[in-house]
Amino acid sequence: MSAYRSWAYRPAQRQAAVRPTWREASLPSSQPILPFGNGRSYGDSCLNSAGVLIDSRSLDHVIEFNRETGRIRCESGLLLDALHRITLPAGWFVPVTPGTSYVTLGGALANDVHGKNHHRDGCFGNHVCAFELCRSDGSRIVCSPSSNELLFSATIGGLGLTGFVSWVEIQLLSVESSTMDVNTSVFYGLEEFMALSAQSHDSHQYSVAWLDCVSSGKNFGRGIFIQANHSSQHVPVAERPASSGLPVPVDFPGWALNSVTVKAFNELYFHKHRLMSLGDSIQDFRSYFYPLDSLQHWNRIYGSGGFYQYQFVVPTVNTEALTEILNRIVDSGQGSFLAVLKQFGAVRSPGLMSFPMEGPCLALDFPNKGRKTLQLMDELDAIVTAAHGCVYPAKDNRMSAAAFKQYFPQVDEFVHHIDPAFSSDFWRRVSD
Amino acid sequence: MTEPQDSEHVVQASESIVIFGATSAVGQEVARIHAQRGDHLILLARNKAALETVRNDLLARGARSANAVQADLADTGTHNALHERIHSIDKKPARYYVFYGVLPDQKACEQTSEVAVSALHTNFNSVVSLLTPIVQQMEQQGSGELVAVSSVAGDRGRQSNYTYGAAKGGLSLWMQGVRNRLSDAGCTVLNVKPGFIDTPMTADIEKGGPLWAQPADVAHDIVKAADKGKSEIYTPWFWRVIMLIIKSIPEFIFKKLKL
Repeated sequence: MSAYRSWAYRPAQRQAAVRPTWREASLPSSQPILPFGNGRSYGDSCLNSAGVLIDSRSLDHVIEFNRETGRIRCESGLLLDALHRITLPAGWFVPVTPGTSYVTLGGALANDVHGKNHHRDGCFGNHVCAFELCRSDGSRIVCSPSSNELLFSATIGGLGLTGFVSWVEIQLLSVESSTMDVNTSVFYGLEEFMALSAQSHDSHQYSVAWLDCVSSGKNFGRGIFIQANHSSQHVPVAERPASSGLPVPVDFPGWALNSVTVKAFNELYFHKHRLMSLGDSIQDFRSYFYPLDSLQHWNRIYGSGGFYQYQFVVPTVNTEALTEILNRIVDSGQGSFLAVLKQFGAVRSPGLMSFPMEGPCLALDFPNKGRKTLQLMDELDAIVTAAHGCVYPAKDNRMSAAAFKQYFPQVDEFVHHIDPAFSSDFWRRVSD
Repeated sequence: MTEPQDSEHVVQASESIVIFGATSAVGQEVARIHAQRGDHLILLARNKAALETVRNDLLARGARSANAVQADLADTGTHNALHERIHSIDKKPARYYVFYGVLPDQKACEQTSEVAVSALHTNFNSVVSLLTPIVQQMEQQGSGELVAVSSVAGDRGRQSNYTYGAAKGGLSLWMQGVRNRLSDAGCTVLNVKPGFIDTPMTADIEKGGPLWAQPADVAHDIVKAADKGKSEIYTPWFWRVIMLIIKSIPEFIFKKLKL
């Protein structure tokens, strides 16, 4: 096993870790403690240089699966990919999924992840029935919407700081097949995107857009809008084995990504979709939800310098802030591959520290160019703050304590629920 | 709804899979492959709570039935009773897997003979005790598949873990003899030689690099080889090459290496 790291960031310090085999295990005696799932957080919210990680990946047992009701209780280290291999044959799908299936249930809970169905179904936390929280005082507390409600709310999106979640019970979504009815269209400009999102709200359970963050002029704000529903048609698709996918074997050299190659990629990607995949199609759920999962270690294409991901949401009323930010990114020439744009809906998560709010949400990568990249993100922070928006901690490695407090004013209440023995590199940075 | 199976679920057809050491990392992954196939499982391990966790997991993953039998497999005095217990669940299990074992501290083995003998007992003597009546039954009925997990450590004695290696090397030889004996009876006797696996057994070892395999990948190799009726595999496959090189080093050089 390689040393513990996050998806976009190699910590300077080696991470100490314990890997319990059974959920009855007690918490480690050295402190501070932080739960670790599958390391798909981008920044330092999954790292704990000052203490010890609890690697949850051996806690991957299903405790109970009711095939009639779609209720499943699993240990927190189970990956969504593994979950689907168990539940899909019985017609059940995870109710909310992020863009990779290589996250653990515990990680999905701690970051209160969202997906392409946020406009209808809210966050992962909206579908959590109960979980067990192991606290450093030795207690094991079962939390649900109707018992230990405050800890329930604080733990959903609580970045692993309220204790160790040993199991999670969720309500799965009934599906007729493992395929998706997908509709793809092109938009030019953010207004067109907003109009497409509004149209799609009632007709499609899932919607997401790929946005070109490089082009200016007449191509400014162009993108591909992809909406989908679970299909009732059974189309046999060859099952991908659990550990498949092309690996990116080594870090790409730093010069492989430059403004010319990135621009060429954006151009190619846009026109490939415009010419080849517009209209209706049927896709396997994996290629729809997890296009990058087929490329293992895709983070290595950014080279050893790594990259930053910046994901923010602004309230619908302040959508002009999105145009301002996109302008700023295009001007900087630092934008990378296609960015992901999604209109969040009004469904509120039970999570106290949950990131989503109703409005457009943009996620994009910046190759790490040192100071000028950090400077750009600070400028973006200023725009997001002024627009009363929010930046996603799961992707973050650099926001200031001041910015964090503005994004999450509810932190004053959250701190009362943190387990005193738990902390993370992220938390030490933003709670200064 | 997963039907909770009682611990005395009696199997009608002879298609059940017996797993000695069912709570080990690789044992669990092998059991999951069989659960997904809808097989009947008979699980043996020492830790009762862990066994229950594994049993529920396998039922949720599709096992037709899962019988859990708590047993200290190193205790040879219990073996007769265990065989009767397995026999009462299924008279003719289709396949037996042996996954249990211990990785002793080599330094402790060098200082205290009890530690060394105890490791040899668990990893070799007790396995022979457990499997002897099974091999007899397989020979009589002219069917059955036996899979035991040895180790690449059994291919050549090295100063860093030769006590473990001696037991595993002994097991490999024993399995080879059994295969020879049962070759006319139409039985499969598979000896598995894994390299380094990322499991709790190796938790104290600093891990890194491409040599460390994940239990699920090793399990996949094992089940595939057993299905094909193979005699011996290295997993991951490249250990065959590594061990070929290690075995071919002349002893006068090898004895000076710090391995």
